[in-house]
Amino acid sequence: MTGIDRRGVLRGGLALGCSAAASPLMTPVAFARAPWDNRLVVIVLRGAMDGIDAIRPVGDPAYAALRPTLLRGGAATGPGFFALHPALDRLGPMWARGEFGAVHAVSTPYRDKRSHFDGQDILEAGLPGLGGGTDGWLNRMLQAVPGLGGETAYAVGRERMLILSGTATVQRWSPEARMRLTPQGRRLLELVTHDDPLFRDATARAADLVEVLARETETDGPAMQGARRVDDHVQLAQFAAARLRGDTRIASFSINGWDTHDRQAADLSKALERLADTLLALESGLGAAWGKTAVLCVTEFGRTARENGTGGTDHGTGGAMLFAGGALRGGRVLGDWPGLSEADLYDRRDLMPTRDVRAHAGWVMRGLFGLERGVIEGSVFPGLDMGGDPGLVA
Amino acid sequence: MRLAGAGGADRAENRRPPLMALTCAGDRPYIAANASREPDRVAFDPTRAAIRFGTGLSPRLPAPDSTAAMLAELLAPDEMARRHPIPAFAAARPGLAEWRAAQRAFRQGRGKPGEAAARGAYDALRRDAAALGRRGFMASLARGIEAPQGGLRERLSWFWADHFTVRSRQPATRHLVTPYVEEAIRPHVSGRFETMLIAVTTHPMMLGYLDQSGSVGPGSKAAQPGDGLNENLARELLELHTVGVGGPYAQADVRELAELLTGLGAGPRGMRYRRDRAEPGAETVLGTRFDAAPRLGTIHDALRMLARHPATAAHLARKIAVHFVADDPDPALVAALEAAWRDSDGDLGVVTGALLAHPAAWSSAPGKVKPPFDFVVSGLRALGLPSAALRADRPRWMNRVLRAPLERMGQGWEQPPGPDGWPETAAAWITPPGMAGRIDWAMTAPEALMDRLPDPRDFARAALGETLPEPVAFAARAAESRAEAIGVVLSAPAFQRR
Repeated sequence: MTGIDRRGVLRGGLALGCSAAASPLMTPVAFARAPWDNRLVVIVLRGAMDGIDAIRPVGDPAYAALRPTLLRGGAATGPGFFALHPALDRLGPMWARGEFGAVHAVSTPYRDKRSHFDGQDILEAGLPGLGGGTDGWLNRMLQAVPGLGGETAYAVGRERMLILSGTATVQRWSPEARMRLTPQGRRLLELVTHDDPLFRDATARAADLVEVLARETETDGPAMQGARRVDDHVQLAQFAAARLRGDTRIASFSINGWDTHDRQAADLSKALERLADTLLALESGLGAAWGKTAVLCVTEFGRTARENGTGGTDHGTGGAMLFAGGALRGGRVLGDWPGLSEADLYDRRDLMPTRDVRAHAGWVMRGLFGLERGVIEGSVFPGLDMGGDPGLVA
Repeated sequence: MRLAGAGGADRAENRRPPLMALTCAGDRPYIAANASREPDRVAFDPTRAAIRFGTGLSPRLPAPDSTAAMLAELLAPDEMARRHPIPAFAAARPGLAEWRAAQRAFRQGRGKPGEAAARGAYDALRRDAAALGRRGFMASLARGIEAPQGGLRERLSWFWADHFTVRSRQPATRHLVTPYVEEAIRPHVSGRFETMLIAVTTHPMMLGYLDQSGSVGPGSKAAQPGDGLNENLARELLELHTVGVGGPYAQADVRELAELLTGLGAGPRGMRYRRDRAEPGAETVLGTRFDAAPRLGTIHDALRMLARHPATAAHLARKIAVHFVADDPDPALVAALEAAWRDSDGDLGVVTGALLAHPAAWSSAPGKVKPPFDFVVSGLRALGLPSAALRADRPRWMNRVLRAPLERMGQGWEQPPGPDGWPETAAAWITPPGMAGRIDWAMTAPEALMDRLPDPRDFARAALGETLPEPVAFAARAAESRAEAIGVVLSAPAFQRR
């Protein structure tokens, strides 16, 4: 045995100090902050949220006939022409404060094939079609801003987020990731990974994050320490909020469970309640930073205007984008409503998209981060015409 | 399969002590006959053979005897398939047709008499499907743990299954991915590449995954307004499966190949060729003109042409070298594989022989990182876990100890990110959450799987053989508990890389 002394390791690993110093969280100067204070969270609703049911066009004369069973169970408590799905009731106060809203009859450029995978790829790539590249639009946005710190963007959860994939540095962590490690275990891991920088740095960063998160849980008070298990989506939101309170400015994660081919009344309620929990957890987790935050909830496409034979809806085209946060002007439904009469539908079956959802995302980035329109139309969403400002940013 | 100049003499050679072998390398009269094919007789190393080309070392099984023995095992009856059976796709139950029928009966029966029975039957069928899926997962692990001669056949199956990635796009086929591999991949890993290419490309799972079933020739008899080509399978065949993205093809070739493939599709009962969907006219792909007559044989002809194309040899030679040896492999190794592929018209046994025969395949330092599944298999193999401990009838336990940890490590079972399969580079796997997943599994799973953990010092030697680095040996002694010691050994780059 050469050069390794058991007591040295047990004393606290003096000989191993260099690996601790290489750990990113312990070297605060290594990362500059982002040049802005605003925050952007993009939540990908995988499975295609039914925009017509989430934000109900109760003022449209064709609506009731298209949705005979899905109307049941919810009175129109919402704002005029549109009503919120009853499962979103808990977001009523947020709506009233102008911190929750929707854009209706939007879509990506994806048409006709209605595949979840392709639809999500196009949504996250931000391109007009498939095969244009393997990076996502949030990553291209980061690429457009030189000198960003390494903590600026976080992909949260174990799902691969194409939207944040690309050459710009993005942190990844999953709040469900666990690493039960004794102090001695950590020191021994430092020892065995010492000569392999890839393993050494990933291990050190993981161990640091686990320790930081453990401290956060301790200081977050009794509310979070209850014996009750915190749901996955709330964990994602709490984790993202904690990062966004620090140096992080961009975060993205996904919520699944929107593919409501049958028994939609029950299943969509569950999904919307999860989304409401998520937004409320972001709001409370962000504290004062909520006022500088924009949350965009986007989905790959909408669903058929008509109910199907199994109390559900099938893959469609136009849908809704929900948004929240103090940095946006909510309390309203934006968009150019095309109508639900058969002649107004896309392909005589789906809500007709009247605007590209990328335009709204583009205007939000312009408003929050001051990105040039040319950058958004040239590299973040190549080829997009952003059109007029919808006035989303407060 | 032709072995690349290997014979019984190879085995005898490798039985000699290393020093003798070195001396023999200069033994011109003996070596001359095979010198151009196998300049490496000295390179074989049982430990590296098991770790780099197999599923790892095991305290219960000997390391490979020789390259010849490893190759001979590929030709022997498939003992692992016998011991840990996975049904071929065609024999797997419930099949897609049964699933559809039960689902239809359930949906149509809602609110009618007999509703409960239809729901019960549908639920039972879904339980059977889930159970088959679990058995397929556990059998895949067990084969890797117990495979003879290091486990080369398992590694080749995993490699080609990843090359021809499919992912279930509906609940009704989720349990049928493992049977797809059993049917279309595993029997061909030392056969001809074109045989595997045809088996895969005409397989219902691939036809469904890459949307071929929806592709209709726009000029065909069956075409309805709105019908058209779907280029997905044609594009991936060129870009991923054969000549590669750098290959000599253009969009026109994709379109011609997509037209040529029309008629090929899958229904609930399997692959179907529908002549009335085939686009009329002859097609030209990569300069080769194919018969205008709409028939499956034309599609086979086109797949054979792609399989034998020189660009396919170059693409796959490099991919094999990258997967088994190094992210940036020695060009001489790639050239040798490419030559073996071309000279044998894509005989995968010959190509594997050329890989094992090349000095560069043995000399480079371990740089590749085991993907999570390979890591888990090699960990269980090194622990000497009896395969009987892998209980497919305990779904929650299985999820907690194996499936959920694999997801945390970034490799959910049979959930690849796209048709290009799992990432190949070390950096793609060793991220902070990915590493946390590996460490947490290493520290906790062995204890959950075994009644009694081995002595960590013995385990370290069993897992790493003579490659055991001193810091790892030290850690195995210095940890607070057996579980922690074993966890540190499993987490060490010396075990994670190959």
